[in-house]
Amino acid sequence: MARAKRQTKAKSAPLEEIPKHPLEDLIRVERIPHIWCPGCGIGTVFSACLSAIKQTGIDYGKFSMVSGIGCSGRGAGYVRLDSFHTTHGRAIPFATGIKMADPSVNVIVFSGDGDLFAIGGNHFIHAARRNMDITVICINNFIYGMTGGQVAATTPHMAKSATTPYGNPDSPFNLPMLAIASGATYVARWTMIHSRDLTHAFVEAINHRGFSFIEVLSPCPINYARRNKIKTMDMVRQFQNNTIIKNHAAPSELDIDFQKGVVLGKFIDIDKPTPDEILVKMRDQRKNP
Amino acid sequence: MKYWREPLDTGDIDVVRGKVHIIKDRCKGCGYCIEFCPREVLGFSKEFNKKGYHPPMVVKSSECLNCHYCELLCPEFAIYTVADDVETEASV
Repeated sequence: MARAKRQTKAKSAPLEEIPKHPLEDLIRVERIPHIWCPGCGIGTVFSACLSAIKQTGIDYGKFSMVSGIGCSGRGAGYVRLDSFHTTHGRAIPFATGIKMADPSVNVIVFSGDGDLFAIGGNHFIHAARRNMDITVICINNFIYGMTGGQVAATTPHMAKSATTPYGNPDSPFNLPMLAIASGATYVARWTMIHSRDLTHAFVEAINHRGFSFIEVLSPCPINYARRNKIKTMDMVRQFQNNTIIKNHAAPSELDIDFQKGVVLGKFIDIDKPTPDEILVKMRDQRKNP
Repeated sequence: MKYWREPLDTGDIDVVRGKVHIIKDRCKGCGYCIEFCPREVLGFSKEFNKKGYHPPMVVKSSECLNCHYCELLCPEFAIYTVADDVETEASV
């Protein structure tokens, strides 16, 4: 009798007592669990991004999230905001379009290294050159995760991938240096384990007027860590131990080398007029010369 | 927490305590919350969840200081902490 009683209690408990997560209002709960693998850092970065959106205190209707193709490209599908899952590499052009149509919207591009820097590389440098008022979050997991672990533009030298089984002969991009050289006005780099600094950087980037770029290092447990015989937890511990926080570091020292220590921090934060401001000013000048 | 001497205002300071909530069926068992909890509050449980992973369980509930680090770190939105005003540092 007592046993039967306990069983009914256990059965009815989950229905009544499922507690609510604080970010529940920003995620599409019906799509959870997401597709990201156990140990993947994208979920952490995504949650930091949502916390930052919450912390800014801006009305959710004034946000829009755009992402391209890839593992991190799924982000746009899980957020309960206006969001766009665009064609491969074209997240920034879509974001530029949204921003030009309605400059009051805070546009966040949430995408991966392959999407933003390999197929979408030119869009990135030109949006940075124009200083488009968008926030670009690049999750750098060193590989093309979703398509099967092929070598990417950010794969470290001599790292193994599906297409470079004996090691990658090429050097990877130095993403913050590329962004600074192209004219981005806010550039930062963090890893997924530095969640608090990361959330703070996202808040700063959303509030910043101009092109803000944040590179987030994240582990890929299946296609990068396993292929290179690194345990995911060791990789995350490397993010914690072999990194140096140095704000305003010189761009040339920002290459990713865990033996030497990877430099994290906010590298540039300057004010520069954005195209939507300039266009309004030009229009006013034409009307009343 | 150990002090080399008792602070003079120990009685006046209320240290926030936290209560950990775990949504077990969302967990994919990555272990980040367990590994990186600064107070080592969590541990792997022996039970399986719906997906066949071992979700975390609270091992030392009195140690939680409501820092929200597990909540920030969890990729699955499966763990969070809320302030628990029952216990204070003075009473421990």
